[in-house]
Amino acid sequence: MTVTDATVSAEEPYRPSARRLAREAYRRQRARRSALIAAVSTGATALVLYLVIVNSPGWAVTRKTFFSLHFARQALPEVLKGLRVNLELMVVCGALILVFGLLLAVARTLRGPVFLPVRLLATAYVDFFLGLPMIICLLIMITGVPALRLTGVTTDPMVLGGAALVLTYSAYVSEVFRAGIQSVHPSQRAAARSLGLSNAQAMRYVVLPQAVRRVVPPLLNNLVSLQKDTGLVSIGGVIDAVYAAKIIAVQSFNYTPYLVAGLVFIVLTVPMTRFTDWITARMNRRQWQGGLV
Amino acid sequence: MTTPATPVLRLESVRKSFGDQVVLRDISIDVPAHSVTALIGASGSGKSTLMRCTNLLEDIDDGAILLDGEDVTDPRADQDAVRRRIGVVFQAYNLFPHMTVLDNITLAPRRVHGVGRAEAEDRARELLDRLGLAAKAKEYPDRLSGGQQQRVAIVRALATTPRLLLLDEITAALDPELVGEVLAVVRDLKIQGMTMVLSTHEMSFAREVADQVCFLDAGVVLEQGPPEQVFGDPREERTRQFLSRIVAAGRLAPQ
Ligand SMILES: Nc1ncnc2c1ncn2[C@@H]1O[C@H](COP(=O)(O)OP(=O)(O)OP(=O)(O)O)[C@@H](O)[C@H]1O
Ligand SMILES: [Mg+2]
Repeated sequence: MTVTDATVSAEEPYRPSARRLAREAYRRQRARRSALIAAVSTGATALVLYLVIVNSPGWAVTRKTFFSLHFARQALPEVLKGLRVNLELMVVCGALILVFGLLLAVARTLRGPVFLPVRLLATAYVDFFLGLPMIICLLIMITGVPALRLTGVTTDPMVLGGAALVLTYSAYVSEVFRAGIQSVHPSQRAAARSLGLSNAQAMRYVVLPQAVRRVVPPLLNNLVSLQKDTGLVSIGGVIDAVYAAKIIAVQSFNYTPYLVAGLVFIVLTVPMTRFTDWITARMNRRQWQGGLV
Repeated sequence: MTTPATPVLRLESVRKSFGDQVVLRDISIDVPAHSVTALIGASGSGKSTLMRCTNLLEDIDDGAILLDGEDVTDPRADQDAVRRRIGVVFQAYNLFPHMTVLDNITLAPRRVHGVGRAEAEDRARELLDRLGLAAKAKEYPDRLSGGQQQRVAIVRALATTPRLLLLDEITAALDPELVGEVLAVVRDLKIQGMTMVLSTHEMSFAREVADQVCFLDAGVVLEQGPPEQVFGDPREERTRQFLSRIVAAGRLAPQ
C-alpha cells in the first residue's frame, strides 16, 4: 500500500477513471432500456383498452350518451360557472378546517387536570362528528337551522352547508393531526423540555413541525375529498359544478355533462397532489441522510 | 476465484462526494481475511461514510469496492446478496424501536436466512448472555441504556454470522469495563475467523485489537500500517499531530 502525498494530489484536478465512465455508460443504457420498456408497455395497455372499449357491443350508444362533443360544449361553461361554488367553499372551508382540526388535536393532547374539561369536550366533539353521517349533518344545518327562525342567523344554504362541512371535516382532520403528533418520538419532547422550552413551546417548535410534515399526504386526501363533498351543498339548492351538469343531463338525456364535470375535478386535483409530493420530497432530501436503500 | 491471498475487502481508489464536498478522495485499503482493520481520523474525516459505501448504502463516485474479489459496486451486482454477507453496527445503533431486543436480533436470521425461530432465539440468547444482556431479551430498545443499546446492535450484526463485520464506533458509549468486554468479543470473533473493519476514537482499543490501522485525513489514507508503527513511529507529520492531540486528551497512553 502506498502512502499518497495529500498536498500534491490535492492540487491535481480530479479526472473520472475509465471504470467510472463505463459504469455511467452502463447506467445510462439501462435507463434508456427501462424508459423504452415503460413506453412500450404503456402504449400496449392503452391500445388494448381502446380496442376492448371501441369493439364492445354497446359502444355506439355509449359514445353518443357519454362522449357527445355537442353536449360537452354546451355543458362546459355551466359546469365552470358552478365550479366557482365548489372552489369558494373549498378554499374557505379548507382553511377553517385546518385551523379548527389542529386546535382540536392539540386540545386533546393537553396534559394536566386543569385541561380535563377541554380534553373531554374536544374528545366528545370528535366522537360525535366522526360518527354523524355527512349528509345528515348537512340536512340538519341547511333545513333545521332556518326552521328555528333565529334572528340574525343566516338562511343562506351555501353558508350553512359550508358550516356543516367544517363541522364534520374538522373532526376527520383533527384525527389526522393527532396521529401525526403521536408519531413524534417522545425523546423529541424530552429534548425540547430539557432545553427549558415550555410544554406549549415544545409543541409549537419541535413536535408540530415534525407532525404536520408527516401528515401532509393524508391531509391532502381529506382536502381532495372535501373538494368533492362541497357538491353536497346542492341539496340546499346551490348550483355547483355537478348540479349544473345534472341539470343539463336531465334535460337532454345525455350523460356527457357528468363526464365534463368529472374531468374538471380531476384537473383540479392533479396539480394539488403533485405539488404536495414535490414539497415533501424536497424537505426530506434536505434533512435525511439519504443513500441507496 | 478466492485464493488465500484475496483480501476479504478491497477498496480501490474510492471517491465519494456529497454535492461539492469531496469526503473520500482516493481511498485504497486491503482487508485480509481474519484480520481487524481500524479506521482512525478526525471527526468528519469520512469513517462512517466509508462504511456506508462498503455496505452499499451510498453510491460511490469512482473507484471500486471488492468483496472476496467480486466488484460489489458494479451496477450489475446483487446488492441484497452483498449486504447479506456484511454485518453492520451503526454509530447511532439504528435499532428497531417497535421490536423487542430478541426480535431485533432474530429478524434477519429468520426472515432473510431462513433459520427457524427456536434456533435463532437460542443463538441470540447465547450472544446476549455473552455480552451481559441476558436479562434484557424481552425489553424494548428505548428502555435500555446507551451502552446496552450498543451491545444489542453488535449482537444483531453478529447473529447472521456475516463474512465481514463493519463496526462504527462500537465503544463510544461503553464504560472501561465494557470496553474490555467488547474487546474480548472482537478478539474472539477474530480467532473464529471473522474479518472486521472498525472505526474508533479509542486509540488504545485500536492498538490492542487491530492488525492494521488506517489514518484517514483529507479524503485519503494518509498513513497505514500495523498499530505499533502508526502509533509508535508515525511517518507523516499530520498523523503525529493528530496522535499528540489524542494523547493530550488522554485517549492514548504516550509511548
Ligand atoms: N448524506 C450526507 N449528505 C451530505 N453530507 C454528508 C452526508 N453524510 C455525511 N456527510 C458529510 O461527510 C463528512 C464525513 O462524515 P462521516 O460521518 O463519514 O464522518 P466520521 O469520520 O464518521 O466522523 P465521526 O468520527 O464524527 O463519526 C462530514 O463532513 C459530513 O457532514
Ligand atoms: Mg462516524
